[in-house]
This record gives sequence, structure tokens and C-alpha cells, in this order.
Amino acid sequence: MGETHSLEDRFQAFVEAENKVEPKHWMPDGYRKTLVRQISQHAHSEIVGMLPEANWITRAPSLRAKLILLAKVQDEAGHGLYLYSAAETLGTSRDQMIDDLHSGKAKYSSIFNYPTLTWADMGAIGWLVDGAAIANQVMLCRTSYGPYSRAMVRICKEESFHQRQGFEIMMHLAKGTPEQKAMAQDALNRWWWPSIMMFGPSDDQSPNSAQSMKWRIKRKSNDELRQEFIDKTVPQAEFIGLTIPDPDLRWNEETGHYDFGTINWTEFFDVIAGNGPCNAERLAARQKAHDEGAWVREAAAAYAAKQASRSARSPAQTHAA
Amino acid sequence: MSTTTHQWPLWEVFVRSKNGLAHKHVGSLHAPDSEMALKNARDVYTRRSEGISIWVVPSAAITASSPDEKDPLFAPSDDKVYRHPTFYDIPDEVGHM
Amino acid sequence: MTFRMKWDTCDPKTAYVLHLADDALILGQRLSAWCGHGPILEQDIALTNVALDLIGLARQYYGYAAELIGDGCTENDLAFFRDSRAFTNHLLCEQPNGHWGDTLARQFFFDTFHFFQLEALQQSSDERLRHIAAKAIKETSYHAQFSAEWIIRMGDGTEESRSKITQSLRHFAPFALELFIPAQVDAAAHDLGFGPDVSVLESDWKEKIQSILTIATLSPLEWGFPKKGGKSGVHSEHHGYILAEMQSLARAYPDATW
Repeated sequence: MGETHSLEDRFQAFVEAENKVEPKHWMPDGYRKTLVRQISQHAHSEIVGMLPEANWITRAPSLRAKLILLAKVQDEAGHGLYLYSAAETLGTSRDQMIDDLHSGKAKYSSIFNYPTLTWADMGAIGWLVDGAAIANQVMLCRTSYGPYSRAMVRICKEESFHQRQGFEIMMHLAKGTPEQKAMAQDALNRWWWPSIMMFGPSDDQSPNSAQSMKWRIKRKSNDELRQEFIDKTVPQAEFIGLTIPDPDLRWNEETGHYDFGTINWTEFFDVIAGNGPCNAERLAARQKAHDEGAWVREAAAAYAAKQASRSARSPAQTHAA
Repeated sequence: MSTTTHQWPLWEVFVRSKNGLAHKHVGSLHAPDSEMALKNARDVYTRRSEGISIWVVPSAAITASSPDEKDPLFAPSDDKVYRHPTFYDIPDEVGHM
Repeated sequence: MTFRMKWDTCDPKTAYVLHLADDALILGQRLSAWCGHGPILEQDIALTNVALDLIGLARQYYGYAAELIGDGCTENDLAFFRDSRAFTNHLLCEQPNGHWGDTLARQFFFDTFHFFQLEALQQSSDERLRHIAAKAIKETSYHAQFSAEWIIRMGDGTEESRSKITQSLRHFAPFALELFIPAQVDAAAHDLGFGPDVSVLESDWKEKIQSILTIATLSPLEWGFPKKGGKSGVHSEHHGYILAEMQSLARAYPDATW
């Protein structure tokens, strides 16, 4: 056991020196498990996150908007794929991760349990939800696990584009007809608080945070990230002439940050526990896609098996599709 | 409930960009066979840019080197051949992690 | 919204370009509904790429039609403010998605036709159509390969998939026949040199379809009695619902820009 003890110490020194941990390195069990949970939940968030936006693809009000939204949602699918791929390097499997999502064992970001009610929600989600995600994701580019950090670098490149598009939608609506401006303000009213809740409760309430920080998985605290996001976003709202629905929001000259109102953590925990507006619908949609796709996956697997045994029997004969 | 019997195998994807010198590992994906793997790799990892070379390799066909003895995280007692994906069994979490 | 167009007053070229646009848009619209619901993530991405290509192609065609019409007409005027009877997409394109087999059967028939159509359009007397076709054919050949590969995997997969895809192909076969029956819009285009005589494309198409069915170990298709009318603006009952969903927001705020 002396051996294990020194491995733990060496691991700690290794990550503190900003080295990247790779799949074939020794790692503490807890490190591996935490990452499997975190990366897979991040992946699930991307996939479930497709649904509220996909909801408006068929109703987009212009061809360009339709194309941009479709491309954005497809990007999110791709991000989910990069993340599942990173998680699989730690020994879990896609099937296992999907099962855990559908059974409720694995979580996904609470924000995606809210409904998208108007086109302005597409703007609000890009601006606020992707904006909040970016704050977290830029930090994760420096996470200690190599495959996760590399996936995040790729994701971050694509994500800033999404946030800009969302902001442009909001800006355009805010400068549009009175109905459009009202639509934008209404979307901001509904999405603001859930967005700042995305960062999670204060770290003193998160028992996992301290260990994640120690292992350099997490690089900044929830509160730091939340403050960063608010400081960046308030001027943006002012710029486009929309009002953030927080009467306690004010600039604090002393701290150089915005003070903001009390977050309703009860709502957050209710949604996490499965009682948000759309939890059931989101999971049902994912479960349905999975169940109805089973025969398709089986067919392709069966064909591949047949092809393999055909080429084993006579290597020269493979079809040209 | 799990459909592991119908799981499509994992493939590693390597891409050489138009003016690139060598294929780089970009990630992995699940596909039933090599033709689908190649098409999916093109969709996901290149967003269908032109002039790109793609290799897809079944993950099970890849053998990765272990860290060498001088590496701080080399664990001499760990003589499992690590294949990707590993068949590492992660037991259920007990309490919080 | 500054432009209103009478659906029956188009010149033959504009009418033909709109027909090409309508096919791409309606089929792209159908495919986009799969986003987030595919049988596995990788295939969700693949099919969405086809939708993106088709909607992008629709924009090319609508943009051209808008220029031909002039008077400040835009691609959105044409996509969102024309009624069902003005659309001349094929019936095949507007049929419901059904399950994966249905969608891929529909794609298989259309994508294969689309390839031959674009090949012919590269010889169009109209320079813009030649240009659009030359750019689109690479993607379309990719779509056709993708659909064909799925027909093969479903045909030569499990008993269940064989049964399902056989039914899907049989269901869409009569709709596919419309692709090769000239109507006013494409017959006029052919007379004027813009587009192909679609009846001439049928034998190559059937040969290609059959070759894939053979690889898929599926029996030759019985084509059934053709369903037609889409190209003349006489659609199935599905069409109205597609437009209702697609156009509702744009039409609710006709003076807004987005």
C-alpha cells in the first residue's frame, strides 16, 4: 500500500504542475469516476439541449434563420459526440452512458428542462445559455484530463459563433417591431434566472467541488464563473435596450462587479429532481428515439456481421455500394 | 434494457487536412461498419470540407503504448494491457464522490 | 412585406426554378424534423447534413427566382408567403417521415432522381442553373450513396428490417413515378432548353434503383399506379400542414424582418 500512497502523491504533483493526464496514465479511482460522471453529463446536456432548439427549426421565420438554427443544433450533436468519445477513453461505453441518462441515474444541465415558447427564445438561449456554457467551457480547456481538454478546445471554437448568433437575434428583435421587442424582453424575462442557476450553487454547498479543484478538473468556482458571466452580460443587455429581470442588479464600484438578487435555489433543486416544466418530455423524447431506433441499429449490426463472415469466406468479394 | 448486443463498435478517427503533413487523431465514433464510419467521420469531424483524408480504425485494433518507466504516473503493478476502450469495471459510486 | 405574387402568372423559367426550389425546401423541411430524434447520434448528424444541403440548395433556387421576378421579391417571400396551390414540389417530397426506413426509402427514390436531374441540368441552356447544378451535384451524389447504403443495410440486415424496408419501398413507389411524368412546369422548361425531359431519366433511374435492391437482397419493385399532381400544385393533404407549420411565424408578422 506504500506504493499506492506514493502514486497518489505523484498524481497530485503531476496535475499541480499543469500536466495533462492521458488514458493510459495511472489515476485515482475517484478521479476516473468523477470524470466519467462529469464528461458524460456534459455530453448528455449537449444532446438533450438539442431538443428545446430543434423545436423551432420547422417554424423558423426565414430560410437563413432555419439554416443557421439547424446548423447550430447539429453542432450540439457533434459536441455531444466529442464528449461521449472523451468519456469512453475512461472505460465507460456509449450504451452505458445512454442507459444511465434514460434511467435518471445520470443528470444533464437543468436549463434544458424549460420550454421554448417563442422565436425569441432561440435568441435568448444562444445569448444566455451558450454564453453561460462558454464561461464554463473556456475554463475546461485547461482541465487536467487530456481527452476532455482537447474536446473542449474544439467545442469552444464552435461555441462562440453560437453565442454571437443568439445575441444578434436578440439585438435584431429589440430593434424591430414593438411585438418583436416585447417578444425579446419576454424571452429574457424567462431565461435570465435559469441561466445564472446553470453555474450551480455556491461551492461551499457542493461537496465535490473542492476535490475537483484539487485535481485541476475544475479550474474556477461556480460563484466566480457566475459573476464573470453576469459582468459580461449586463452591458450587452443595456446595449440592445433590454432590461434584466432583477431589481437588485446594480454595479458595485468598490468590488468592480455587479451585485445581483437572491437566486431561488428551491426552483433549481426542484428542476434537478425531475420536477421542472419539461423534464419528462425531454427524457421521453430521448427514450423514444432510442427505442424506435433499435431495429435500425440491429439491422446495420446484422449486415456488418454478414459482411464480415462473407469476406472471411471469400476475401475478394465485397460489394461496391 | 441496455442494447450492448447491438452496440455498434467504436472507431478512432484520424484526419489529415488539405495541406496537412500527417493524419491526426481527432476522436472516435460508433458505426456498424467501415463505410458508415468513414461517412460519419466526414460529417462529424470534417464538416465535409474538401480535400481531406480520413482514416477510420476499429478502436479494438489499436494498441497504445504505456507511459515509460520514467513517467511519474507509470504504475509497474498495472500489467493489464490497456486497450481502448478498456474493459475497466467501474463499480457504482458509494455515497458521494 | 412588400411583395405579393400571383401563383399563376409566372413565366416558364421562373416557374421551373420555383419547382426546383420547392422540392428542395419541402424535402429539407421534412428531414429537419429528424434533428434530435435519430436512431443514433452519428446518423442524426448525417441526416441533418442532408437537410442542410437541401435547404441551402432551396435558397440558391429561391434567390434566383426572386431575381427573375424582381420588384424587391426575396427568397422569404417565395418560401413563406405562397400558398399550397402555388408550390410545385413532387408529392414524394411532402410525404410524412414515418420511421427510419420510410424516410430513407423516400430519400433513396428522390436522391437517385436528383442526381440524374442535376447531371442533366449541367447541360441547361440557363447559365445560373448550370452553375447551381454543378455545385449541388457533389453533395447530391453523397446523399444518394448514403440512402442506398441504408437500403442495403435494411434489406440485408434482420428479418424485421427487411420486412419494414420492403413495405416502405412499396409505399413510396407510386409517388416516385411522378418524378418521370412531365407536367406543365417541367415540360415547358424542357421545350425551352432549361431542363431535362424527365421521362428520359426513368430508365437509368430504375436501373440504379434495381441494382441497389439486388445488392440489398430485395425483390424487384412492383411500381403500382402513379400518384401525381404535386408538380401542378395539386398536393396531398399533408402539404397544407407542412406549410401551416413552416409559414405561421413569418405570416404572423408579415412586416417584420428576422
